[in-house]
Amino acid sequence: MYIYDEIDQRIIDDRVAQYRDQTQRYLAGEISDAEFLPLRLQNGLYVQRLAPMLRIAIPYGMLSTRQLRKLAQISRDYDKGYGHISTRQNMQLNWPLLEDVPDILAELASVEMHAIQTSGNCIRNTTTDQFAGVAPDELEDPRPWCEIIRQWSTFHPEFAFLPRKFKIAVCASETDRAAIHAHDIGLELVPNEAGEIGFKVLAGGGLGRTPVIGQVICEWLEKKHLLTYLESILRVYNQLGRRDNKYKARIKILVKAMGVDAFRERVEQEWEALKDGPATLTNEAIARARSYFTEPDYQALPADADNAGLQAQLAENPDFERWYRHNTLPHRVQGYRIVNLSLKATGYAPGDISDTQMEAVADLADAYSFGEVRTTHQQNLVLADVAGQDLLKVWEVLTQLGLATPNIGHITDIICCPGGDYCSLANAKSIPVAEAIQERFENLDYLYDLGPIDLNISGCMNACGHHHIGHIGILGVDKKGAEFYQVSLGGHQGKDASLGKILGPSFEQDAMPGVIEKLLETYVELRTGEEQFLDTYRRVGIDPFKERVYAQDH
Amino acid sequence: MPRIIKDGAVVEDGWNGRLLDLESYNTAVGNGDAPAENIGVLLEPGEEPAGIEGDLTAIPLIAINFPVFTDGRGFSYARELRQRGYGGEIRAVGSFIRDQLAYLTRCGVNSFAFDADMDLEAALASLQGFSDHYQADVLQSEPLFRRR
Repeated sequence: MYIYDEIDQRIIDDRVAQYRDQTQRYLAGEISDAEFLPLRLQNGLYVQRLAPMLRIAIPYGMLSTRQLRKLAQISRDYDKGYGHISTRQNMQLNWPLLEDVPDILAELASVEMHAIQTSGNCIRNTTTDQFAGVAPDELEDPRPWCEIIRQWSTFHPEFAFLPRKFKIAVCASETDRAAIHAHDIGLELVPNEAGEIGFKVLAGGGLGRTPVIGQVICEWLEKKHLLTYLESILRVYNQLGRRDNKYKARIKILVKAMGVDAFRERVEQEWEALKDGPATLTNEAIARARSYFTEPDYQALPADADNAGLQAQLAENPDFERWYRHNTLPHRVQGYRIVNLSLKATGYAPGDISDTQMEAVADLADAYSFGEVRTTHQQNLVLADVAGQDLLKVWEVLTQLGLATPNIGHITDIICCPGGDYCSLANAKSIPVAEAIQERFENLDYLYDLGPIDLNISGCMNACGHHHIGHIGILGVDKKGAEFYQVSLGGHQGKDASLGKILGPSFEQDAMPGVIEKLLETYVELRTGEEQFLDTYRRVGIDPFKERVYAQDH
Repeated sequence: MPRIIKDGAVVEDGWNGRLLDLESYNTAVGNGDAPAENIGVLLEPGEEPAGIEGDLTAIPLIAINFPVFTDGRGFSYARELRQRGYGGEIRAVGSFIRDQLAYLTRCGVNSFAFDADMDLEAALASLQGFSDHYQADVLQSEPLFRRR
């Protein structure tokens, strides 16, 4: 993974000193609340319902074990001993003190971490495939590009006061695991007709109040032009994006209002001046970024099918076999597996992880996965490089830790924002709804029979829980002061991305597990053969689901 | 005389010309009254540098107004003015805040006239702070990746 040189470290240290000064001036009354707001937000600090919330950047989801142990220690020393993995692959602390944040940032800086631009109207953490570098369907590793974008976007002087937040995601694989269609800018590494790999550039996607699927503004961009092109898009957005209404301020509204062709034309016009300028990437810069994402020291191992020891373990232990089947994935390199750690055990807030779990995961990664851990936008963790002969041991430890719930990709692997329990923006609680649904679907045979289903919950229109792109989406709404839940169906985050369609009137919290159950019964009755939920929905449409859920009891 | 921050120091404001809004300025250009030594332009958010008529490089002062400090359009305007070859004074006016000085400077603003009461000497500290930057800007023509 990327390792700071002396300059990267100095920049982060400078930031700690700057923020310490800003906090002191704020506490001394020299900076007003309104002026401090964007300063603290650009350091990831929100003021929430019960306490401030600090969002720590985990660039494109990569963590060393040293960093994970530091997060554990910080959560213990400055918070209540746990953290929450967000859908931007970051970690949120729910209870830090505003006065302590400069010290927390200094602790983070000691392990090459920070909270820069994790909120506020600026360019946020760039996200990518959690299986980058190990996925069998990958064209090339997207992480060097994410790091190049991270550096370019960090303290970019021109784009710190944008109309609204700005999110970039990169995909380099056949299956899009980074939801690039739901981002302000989505980048996809694709070959041109000559076979040379460049970027397809999408703009104007986004969730929130007005969900929009991104549109292609450049079919193929030569790699060296990446930053000048991004800069051109941002410059157009910074100048023309709406600032009169925060709900209409995202780039998606601008692209829609201008029309994608006019928007593209304006970007190209800006690009004329920037193209081939100093921000044009050099071969050396690309090679430097790539040099940090080289292969670990893989051993020559037998394929799982030829690994007699592993096969015997799987045959003897049905729980292990079930976990192997549902929570691990094929690796690009023979004999290794990608291991998903489920942070979706029933009874725990989705995405939450305790300090002791973090430390134990770090120990596991050191012993069995080259000392690296990844966070996912589905709010889970990944050990990306586990050898076949180590899987049983890893499973045993994860089981003790409560991180082996074999539900990855299934309906109880819920994406869920912190909701009304923590967040001051939320209309409704989301964690208790997730928990009630998890309880209802605890029977694993039924869970697996239902096949892969993405169920995403957001406590408000801001859509942190990505409800628009869940196969089943749940949105908390305020109905005359009471918490209600609106259900949508048919959202999807892949290359054939789609936005969910609202089922009908919203429901009370207690009704939610029953509603989900009726939706799934309908699916089970209507599916043909191996058809998955999304495909059945796309074939039959929303009506049969609607009829079942809203049918009057006889 | 009011005091401002200019080129990294607190100075008496030496500007004694007039600042015209964009429309009036363009009219003056049309009449042959501008550019002139004592006429500057005041850009409001929404008025892009491309809209300034006549010889840009002959303008002595271009002020960029920040009616609210969170409106970041002026950052792009400054950058664009420098990109178009403007070498004169770019002055931030209005409600920008001290913690924006470093970014504004990197975008090409070289003087600052605060609306609010401000300890200007103390504010100079906000021009410093960062020893290096990843991006190219008006002070550093090469991005960090070309200097590593």
